[in-house]
Amino acid sequence: MKASNLTAFCAGLVFSLGLLLSQMVDPEKVLNFLDFFGNWDPSLLLVMGAALMVYWLGFFLIKPKMSKPLFTTDFQLPGKSNLDKPLLTGAVLFGLGWGITGLCPGPALANIPGGEPKLLVFVTLMAATIWGFDKILSKKLAD
Amino acid sequence: MMMTEFTPFTALAGGALIGLAGVLFLLANGKVMGVSGLLGQWISAPKNASPALYFLIGLLLGPALVNAFQIDAIQIKLPTEINLEWWQIVTGAVFVGLGTRMGSGCTSGHGVCGIGRFSPRSIIATCVFMGIAILVVTLMRHVLF
Repeated sequence: MKASNLTAFCAGLVFSLGLLLSQMVDPEKVLNFLDFFGNWDPSLLLVMGAALMVYWLGFFLIKPKMSKPLFTTDFQLPGKSNLDKPLLTGAVLFGLGWGITGLCPGPALANIPGGEPKLLVFVTLMAATIWGFDKILSKKLAD
Repeated sequence: MMMTEFTPFTALAGGALIGLAGVLFLLANGKVMGVSGLLGQWISAPKNASPALYFLIGLLLGPALVNAFQIDAIQIKLPTEINLEWWQIVTGAVFVGLGTRMGSGCTSGHGVCGIGRFSPRSIIATCVFMGIAILVVTLMRHVLF
């Protein structure tokens, strides 16, 4: 196996263990975080806080010392810094979906092995939407 | 709706693992670890997406192992009871799929990796999707129903 595939696999595995340990795989836990006026469960705030602290350390302390990534030729990070309509419209739509279900892509995928029918339908429909959107967008870009 | 308990220690530990996964992907593969982006790469261009595919396999293996061995000692498990109605599943899936692709990211890509490198776009996107989600939950639980 190529080293970059192995590290991608490990990142996915560690990520899923983080979602499991913090119970972010449970949409109810997420919805109760979003419910400020009910029985508020602040857990998600700590999950994000801890994840950010670790990421900051890696990004600002370790990455600047490296001229390139360990197993690929160069860092490919998004360079855009301006706000545009797709970003804001997309964030609004995603917020609607996240609020309606308590599900975002990572936890939704991590739930596949559980086999719960509603979650399987969610993942299938989400993937189909992504496929459809990318088809239309790539066509538009090609024109 | 069901009550969930505030679980500060597992939240911090789990969050640290999520951050660690993001750092590993950054330093080893040189890219943002965003689930919607990696899923999109694999769906739309499966041939050039091998790291994305391996990431997704890893993401499924963790819960598959936990499900197979049922570790009861610590509360590591997938939810077995989903209290969502079918209309929520269907509309939610379409909004999440569309929104994350149009907005170039989700909770992992914008919320962790983007804010984690102080990207203004990610900070704004996260504030917007979290604000909207809070509004939706407040309306659904306290105003409309």
